[in-house]
Amino acid sequence: MQGMIQNAWLVPLFPLIGFLINGLGWKVLPRKVGGAIGSLSVLASFVVSLLLFFEVRAGGSGTVNLFPFIVSNTLNIPFAFQIDALSSLFLLIITGVGFLIHVYSVGYMAEEEGMVKYFAFLNLFVFSMMLLVMGANYLILFIGWEGVGLCSYLLIGFWYKNHDYTSAGRKSFVMNRIGDLAFIVGMLLVLYCYGTLTYADFFPQIGASGDLVSTNAKEWIAICFFIGATGKSAQIPLFTWLPDAMAGPTPVSALIHAATMVTAGIYMIARSHVLYDAAPMAREIVAWVGLATALLTATIALKQYDIKKVLAYSTVSQLGFMFIALGCGAYTTAVFHVMTHAFFKALLFLGAGSVIHAMGGEQDMRSMGGLGRKMRITQITFLIACLAIAGIPGFSGFFSKDEIVSAAYAHGGLLYAGALLGSVLTAFYMFRLYTLTFTGSFRGTHEQEHHLHESPANMTLPLIVLAILSVVGGYVGMPAVMAPHHLLSDFLGLNGAVVNEAGFLEHFEALHHQEWMLIGISSAVAIIASIAGWAAHRKPRFVPNKGLALAFEKKWWVDELYDAVVVRPILALSSAFDRGAERKGIDGAVNGVGKLVRWGAERMRLLQSGQVGYYLFVMVLGIAVLLAIGFFANPL
Amino acid sequence: MPTQYYLFLALAMFCIGVMGTLMRRNAIIIFMCIELMLNAVNLLLVAFSKMYGHADAQIMVFFIMVVAAAEVSVGLAVIVLMYRKVHSVDINILNRLKH
Repeated sequence: MQGMIQNAWLVPLFPLIGFLINGLGWKVLPRKVGGAIGSLSVLASFVVSLLLFFEVRAGGSGTVNLFPFIVSNTLNIPFAFQIDALSSLFLLIITGVGFLIHVYSVGYMAEEEGMVKYFAFLNLFVFSMMLLVMGANYLILFIGWEGVGLCSYLLIGFWYKNHDYTSAGRKSFVMNRIGDLAFIVGMLLVLYCYGTLTYADFFPQIGASGDLVSTNAKEWIAICFFIGATGKSAQIPLFTWLPDAMAGPTPVSALIHAATMVTAGIYMIARSHVLYDAAPMAREIVAWVGLATALLTATIALKQYDIKKVLAYSTVSQLGFMFIALGCGAYTTAVFHVMTHAFFKALLFLGAGSVIHAMGGEQDMRSMGGLGRKMRITQITFLIACLAIAGIPGFSGFFSKDEIVSAAYAHGGLLYAGALLGSVLTAFYMFRLYTLTFTGSFRGTHEQEHHLHESPANMTLPLIVLAILSVVGGYVGMPAVMAPHHLLSDFLGLNGAVVNEAGFLEHFEALHHQEWMLIGISSAVAIIASIAGWAAHRKPRFVPNKGLALAFEKKWWVDELYDAVVVRPILALSSAFDRGAERKGIDGAVNGVGKLVRWGAERMRLLQSGQVGYYLFVMVLGIAVLLAIGFFANPL
Repeated sequence: MPTQYYLFLALAMFCIGVMGTLMRRNAIIIFMCIELMLNAVNLLLVAFSKMYGHADAQIMVFFIMVVAAAEVSVGLAVIVLMYRKVHSVDINILNRLKH
């Protein structure tokens, strides 16, 4: 069945067609048709991705060369797709979770104006993400990278009539651009040092005998790429856009947070793992930035009242965990967590969307409570997702998070302690969220209580599917002490190089006898923290926060800090330039020329007396002068 | 006859023409002064032509005469029109373009 890989271009083709139809016809297409086209195109891609996946599992992989993209002297960048274990797995996540989100959107956005346009954006989003993971070189990846940035801007600002929402869209775009700049620099460095952007040419050169590029240069390339990843995957210092991205419709949040966009950074680093293996300092930075992000945002999530904000910060925190894994060289683990996270985070967002839908747009958890009685399916699926993300044994999040914590343990005590603290916080805030929303008594208005209802089937069905995946998704990566084979690791085969080179293999082997202990510790803290989260918020009292809690609620004033350090100085600088350079300088020059001409003309016109005799006199004088000049310049 | 006599005569004619153009106010007289200058030049050309024994300059003279004739016809027409308009040929009256 080698043929399927050569037809891999079908995968991005379907969403592209869907985007074109919906995008061009959004004014005339009926809502149902738009939704159907949007969903079916992604479903078609999912089917092709499944075929690809099975072919890759059977041992196939390959590159699809579509056409030469940039050819100039020695530079040759083809428009090519690379299908291997990593990209086929990501394709499955993107199309699978993406399809469920599309189906859910049909129900969620049914009443919205511009729903067909929304599906066009959604399809473009999926298409860009596919380019990103399928590209066989960094440039194709970058096209997708920019594409998801654009689509996130379009979708976050989808309700464009609300000024705050559009500025949230702009914020995400600008912050992404900052990261993108570093990514471009990284790409140019690769091009400068290695003369190619194609993975298949680039990676074998690293560490090969003819590799003359210094470690320093590799470190810088890796750091530049990582800065790009901090933009896309919302890490310190560029993470503040992601919580603001909540301005978009809830399914969009699910798409951005679970299946696409934020996983781009993880994918890129996992794809470049050969580079990161050769750049230990950059990897150390990745790990510590990941830990800092995970902890900082987990504390913020503790005290947020907006249901989507909690989830947003939890996403940033979970991404931090993935970066810890990447930094420890456990690339498979990071990808594993991307996968399980895609399931339960999409489920959480869609569940939150279902809640918001039922509450008539209310997002504040202080006016929720006791929703479980009215929305049984949402409640149960949401509970499963909470259990999964908290890392309760048996659910998917447990396996992936346990791997991350083990990797951190192998790396060092401090990182392990941090990661463990992070998972305690995760469990605590998730059960705070669950308890405040679904248990206890209702705290909203009577009208809202009357309005409460379970969502329609096309919204609950994706919830159920995702709930099942959130449970079973983890069993592809069981710890070595429980199962002989780590299916995902066998499939991806990413860690091989790292393990041998950096001596991690022995490290991991040595860990095996401690593994039960690690599993025990992380299970115990997850369970205790979950129960604590439930118990602490069973009878909630909402008092104004003080001290540290206020810092959590106010998000550590990071936005205010950026505002003071970056935004205001830039605004001040630009208004100073506006007043100084623009108005006085450029405008002054242009107006000055005009004024000079006017002033000169006023004086020159006095010469025009209108007296013919005078003109004649001047003419004669002029001729005499010309004659004199002619005579003295060229003497006979 | 020596050539310089012609030169002096032409110079005198030209100067009279220039001065007349500058000093008189009557448009017809100014016109005649311009003709005088043209003819001074013609005289000069013929004189030099004779001196060098070349006929080239005399051909030039014919051209000047033709151009002068054309100019006179246009110029006189302008003066006639001007007279019809303002009943005068005094050039100092014609200063309306100033405004």
